[in-house]
Amino acid sequence: MGDPAGSQLRVRGLTAGYGAAPVLRGIDLDIDPGQIVAVVGANGAGKTTLLRTLSGLVEPTEGSMTWEGDELRGTRVHDLVRRGIAHVPEGRGVITELTVEENLRLGHVWRKDKDDARRATAEVFEFFEPLARRRRSPGHQLSGGERQMLAIGRALVARPRLLLLDEPSLGLAPKVTSQIMTLLKNLRDDTGLSVLLVEQNVRSAMSIADRGVVLSLGEVVVTDDAARIAEDDDLRHAYLGF
Amino acid sequence: MDPFIFLTVDGLARGAVFAAFALALVLIWRGARLVNFSQGAMAAATTFIAYSVTNASGSYWLGLVAAVVSGLVIGAITERYVMRFVDPTQHLNAVIVALGLVLVIQAILGIIYGSQYRPMDVPFSRSPLSIGDQPLLSPYDIFVFVTVLAVMAGLGFAFTRTDIGLKMRAAAFAPDMARLLGVNVGRMLTLSWALAGAVGGLAALLVVPTELGAHPHATDLVFVYAFTAAVIGGLDSPIGAVVGGLGVGLVLSYVSGYSDNDLSAVVILGLLIGVLLLRPSGLFSHATARQV
Repeated sequence: MGDPAGSQLRVRGLTAGYGAAPVLRGIDLDIDPGQIVAVVGANGAGKTTLLRTLSGLVEPTEGSMTWEGDELRGTRVHDLVRRGIAHVPEGRGVITELTVEENLRLGHVWRKDKDDARRATAEVFEFFEPLARRRRSPGHQLSGGERQMLAIGRALVARPRLLLLDEPSLGLAPKVTSQIMTLLKNLRDDTGLSVLLVEQNVRSAMSIADRGVVLSLGEVVVTDDAARIAEDDDLRHAYLGF
Repeated sequence: MDPFIFLTVDGLARGAVFAAFALALVLIWRGARLVNFSQGAMAAATTFIAYSVTNASGSYWLGLVAAVVSGLVIGAITERYVMRFVDPTQHLNAVIVALGLVLVIQAILGIIYGSQYRPMDVPFSRSPLSIGDQPLLSPYDIFVFVTVLAVMAGLGFAFTRTDIGLKMRAAAFAPDMARLLGVNVGRMLTLSWALAGAVGGLAALLVVPTELGAHPHATDLVFVYAFTAAVIGGLDSPIGAVVGGLGVGLVLSYVSGYSDNDLSAVVILGLLIGVLLLRPSGLFSHATARQV
């Protein structure tokens, strides 16, 4: 487990939800720079709500979220990406009325360093070749895999330091999932990108993660080395249902 | 002589104004998923402001600038200080507030200007130019066409070629996602209302002087026709607004030219009902997304 004092993202006692009954209850979480942390859990465990709360889409009722030493609570959602945090939501969030190029442009439209934004876009087209071939296609014509590539690519052109990634493998072929996991691992190794990865596909997530967090009914029940979680049969039976 | 050609060009000239007004409705619908029923009243207010500025300065052009600028301001203020406080999940609330704004704006205009029509001048002749003995467009019609075309081209360029246009479209289509990508959605919404106010103000200034003149209710019927045009074209579609506006202008012109002018409103209502029955989302609504 990382040293909480040196954490890039430090969450303490986070409670949040959509109504009177909280979905998340007293969540503690740490991410160190250049670390991939996988959050797993059954449906309804609160994984997506955790990401939505971190990015400000859901207002927490209690707790703190510290990002690189500064409090994250109260940050306006549209300022989050400027602070180095990009969120790829569940369902991919591709704006289907816009073309591939426009979606990518939207990912860096706020950036002042236009040269680097162009370089980042070229890198995305290089890694996700299908996107380069369909750069003028509207989002609604893309396949599920292409949309996932576009959503991740759009987040990466912002050059984030932390990527919040929600269910990237959902509905995708194993080959595409594997390609995305390899990309995340390479980005961590090459650029020091931190990733908070929410996944139903536990094996896939733990295969690239440094640490794993198991959520159950809105609470953290286990935080451990990713490899140990993947190998713990009792844990998988108890909380992950397989 | 068959008046078909004259009725066609006259219909297109009127339709261009409806198209611009419909575009103002589309701008707000795309951003806020709200039919701005106060658009007509807002435009009546900007027309009175133009009337006052023109009377004070003696310049039609200063009046035109005043209509556009005041439209921007009224639109922005309406969004920022009224509509933003309406619960977006309760669509009926927004409609009621917009209708309430109509009453407030028209009452204020009535108090300030009274209820008599105030004729307004136009900067060019409204006498049709003829080819042979065939009357066609008047110089004012040409001015209207060119102005509306310039507005459409400008908005089209802004929306498709500029960063601010991209952000406005993103904010309209997927507000939460746009926020996550760094777009200040609230600001884009204010800008949409401001632009809609300006376009509506300009459209009203183009059409009101050709009728009885400035009046708190001078734009009521224009709003109805523009609303019909926007629904026919598809409330999501700027191109639909233009085509719908021109279509409504043509239908009105043919009906009043070949039949009874009193039938115009009935025919437009029939057209609206027909489109709603056959293609409720409008003729130019978005293509179905690929299922993934």
